[in-house]
Amino acid sequence: MSYRGRLFGLLAGAAALIAAGALAPQAQAEVESKDPIKLTLHDWTGQFITTKIMGEVLKKAGYNIEYVQADYLAQFAGLKTGDLHVAMEIWETTGRDAMDEATATGKVENLGETGLQAIEEWWYPAYMKDKCPGLPDWKALAKCSEAFSVPETAPKGRYLGGPVTWGGFDDERVEALGIDFEVVHAGTDAALFAELESAYQRKAPVLLWVYAPHWAPVKYKGEWVDFPKYTSECYNDASWGMNKSAKYDCGKPRGPIWKVSWAGVKDKWPGAYKTIKNSNLNNDEMGAMVSAVDLDGKDLDGVVADWIANNEGRWKKWLP
Amino acid sequence: MALVWVAALALAILLWAIGSDVAPWAMKYPRDLIIPLKFWISDLMAWLVEDATFGLFTFTELTRGISWLIERPYRLALGLLSHGLLRGQGSDAVQILPPLSWIAIVATVVALGRYTKDWALAALAGGCFLYLAIFGQWQSAMITLASILIAVPFGVAGGLFVGLAGYRWRTVERVIRPVLDLMQTVPVFAYLVPILFLFGFGPVSAIVATIIYAMPPMVRITILALRGVPDDTVDLGNMVGCSQRQMTWKVLVPTAMPGLMVGVNQVIMLSLNMVIIASMIGAGGLGFEVLASLRRLDIGAGIESGVAIVVLAIALDRLSQALANKIPPEHSEAEARRPLWRRYSYTSACLAIVMVTGLLGLFAGWVQSYPEAWAVTTGSVWENLVTWININFFDELEAVKTAILLNVLIPFKRFLLGLPWIAVVGLLAVAGWALGGWRLALLCAALSLFNVAVGLWAKSMITVYLCGISVIFACLIGIPIGIVAAERERLWSGVKVVIDTLQTLPSFVYLMPVVMLFRVGDFAAMIAVVAYALAPAIRYTAHGIRQVDPQLVEAGIVSGCTRIQILTKIKLKLALPEIMLGINQTIMLALSMLVITALVGTRDLGQEVYIALTKADTGRGITAGLSVAFIAIIADRLITAGAKRAKTRLGLE
Repeated sequence: MSYRGRLFGLLAGAAALIAAGALAPQAQAEVESKDPIKLTLHDWTGQFITTKIMGEVLKKAGYNIEYVQADYLAQFAGLKTGDLHVAMEIWETTGRDAMDEATATGKVENLGETGLQAIEEWWYPAYMKDKCPGLPDWKALAKCSEAFSVPETAPKGRYLGGPVTWGGFDDERVEALGIDFEVVHAGTDAALFAELESAYQRKAPVLLWVYAPHWAPVKYKGEWVDFPKYTSECYNDASWGMNKSAKYDCGKPRGPIWKVSWAGVKDKWPGAYKTIKNSNLNNDEMGAMVSAVDLDGKDLDGVVADWIANNEGRWKKWLP
Repeated sequence: MALVWVAALALAILLWAIGSDVAPWAMKYPRDLIIPLKFWISDLMAWLVEDATFGLFTFTELTRGISWLIERPYRLALGLLSHGLLRGQGSDAVQILPPLSWIAIVATVVALGRYTKDWALAALAGGCFLYLAIFGQWQSAMITLASILIAVPFGVAGGLFVGLAGYRWRTVERVIRPVLDLMQTVPVFAYLVPILFLFGFGPVSAIVATIIYAMPPMVRITILALRGVPDDTVDLGNMVGCSQRQMTWKVLVPTAMPGLMVGVNQVIMLSLNMVIIASMIGAGGLGFEVLASLRRLDIGAGIESGVAIVVLAIALDRLSQALANKIPPEHSEAEARRPLWRRYSYTSACLAIVMVTGLLGLFAGWVQSYPEAWAVTTGSVWENLVTWININFFDELEAVKTAILLNVLIPFKRFLLGLPWIAVVGLLAVAGWALGGWRLALLCAALSLFNVAVGLWAKSMITVYLCGISVIFACLIGIPIGIVAAERERLWSGVKVVIDTLQTLPSFVYLMPVVMLFRVGDFAAMIAVVAYALAPAIRYTAHGIRQVDPQLVEAGIVSGCTRIQILTKIKLKLALPEIMLGINQTIMLALSMLVITALVGTRDLGQEVYIALTKADTGRGITAGLSVAFIAIIADRLITAGAKRAKTRLGLE
């Protein structure tokens, strides 16, 4: 062996030793396949936490895990072909259409609810209650739309809705309930919360689409508007509700957040499949974890590790 | 000529005034006649992905094969720079060799700077990479660098070969020219979805998209540079009996090298422009950091990551330019006799540092990777600045914004949306005919008719409105700055830094503060577009004025012109073709910002493309993308024809 060859050998050996020490896996159960299960990560903290909790639990069960960065809706293309395997957060409210389209092909499977409930509704900061007494009842909005107006919309109030792709029927809602508001669509949720932050700093009027679980309702004091409660008749039957000739005269539906997977997961990793199906979390613990990361600046992996350590009894039951 | 214009305008106004009563179909394109192009494209895509086959293998297998080919070197680069060489996959992977230490990489960059030019460049490049380490961007920056290192050679090689083919065969050139136009004008978002389908999920698709976006200038520059090789040189090659291959690789390409390096430089810069978009489909790296921090509304972190992209661009740009300008060293007899490691002293020094830091890194962690505890951050400085402006100046900003919005933007938008489509198509055709003959007229009419026929007319007009207003503002700001800076060396170098930064800093970084100060809507979008599209207006104006023949200025002074007269009658007039090209580029950049503005809620073609992306709707995205491209092509052709006429009139050509 030449000098350089020996040096390389030494280097590689030392590296392997150190790496082995650091990454030595615990005694693990036999699993069906050691191919990595690819879990998708998007770009909001809550989804990172849900996914990493799932990933860490699967690792404990001996599975090989890979996290892959992918767009929330574009990922369905990958889930259909089996390039990606598991997506942990598909929101009833924003992802339902894409999910239904994908499951209809038979290549993607819905693994049930995560236990998290998506809330989406019109939201205002607490200080607006002084300017518009009667809130959170929606009827107050009808009376004080001007308190929410800006020069471009005056005298109508301004409501900042989510990106058009989120749907939500806000234009129809305004029409059906007969409130004097103009619906403006933000392009992304970053823009949505940038406006909220700006208005909140100045204590300026703002009324916008806020959803949970998210850091915003934790960081800012405020409330959701009370619309007539959503039922499916309200969205499908014009004669339902206070406006007899229009649909959408009620609030937005609150719905579960779903887990989905590539259809092949069931056969390739049956144990992992069951574990993912069994898993569940709830809004309160999720809200606490999201704000620990986004507001207190804690390390995300540390927060996940804490959850794993404190909830051993729970996740052990998920395992097959 | 004037008569035609008067007649066309009169007809258009007549139609505008009474059209809605007499011929409603001329005002609003009938719904039944809309061509369902987007469904056809989606069907074609489905066929390509599921059924298309070449006999031995399917189309998808071909594209997956290509992505395998790209993935191998990418994994290697990523391993070297970021996570070390691994054995195994996923969380079971075991590191068998650590990545290059940060010290080794900084040292390599410094050596490259010294080797290609001088110590000043070495310091600049080293400083740029140190920024990445000190501001805690190292890991993400190395992921980005790995994908750039793969995308650039593919883009350069691909561009070079296509360019060579275009140089050799006129027909090839004629075919690829419109394809290049489309590659440069169709928004990237439009073809991301098909790329994901064909090349699979992950960084490879992002690299493929980057290559498609960054290659066209390389092709164009290759053709230009090869055409520029002097005939004497080619004749010499023929006389000494070169074969065709020798002719290409030993004569043409080496002679055209300086020109080709400009192309390489463009590929690098455009690849870095793609960092944000690439991260949306799974490239990770700095682009992801920018997006994620803005989602948390952490403006400071967004700026730090955005600036990391800028410094990476600066370092790579300056190094590649220096490499292009480097005079190859003489190979002397004495040189050849020295031992290998002395002859390649820079390479051996770098190798030594890599070895030493690699070994040391095994024992001292800080040598291997920059310790987190040493990282600095601007923290909440930026956030506090935005908050301060927001609280103290919001009312003033609001007043300006409202005035412009109510008096300029909204009336202009209403006017454009009220125009009958048939009149717009007609006027564009007349303009094409007047500036470039019947061929241009036909092109303008056909392309604008496409936007009508696929049912995107209203969104096209909003696009024209938003880009038009932005281009006007960009020119109003940019051209005077260009004029003032052109003849003041020091001011010019300062202005250059600012516009370089504006062009490479991802617009996302300043988009969120803009939204905080101006709310969601057209005005915020306009500011973002102006900030991005300003650069060429300044650059080309300054360039045009600087290259005015000094003798002509001299002649003006002799004949007693005042300074104003020299500026308006001589310099600006002679610089006009150049300024028009600048405006042309401004329009192109404004259009390329469209998709980004959709993120703050505009309702134009950019939004259409963005919706298609989030719904993974291939047909819808490509149709809207083509509409954007056609608007760009119409503007480009009309302005180029106009600039040509101006040149002829001024006797410059």
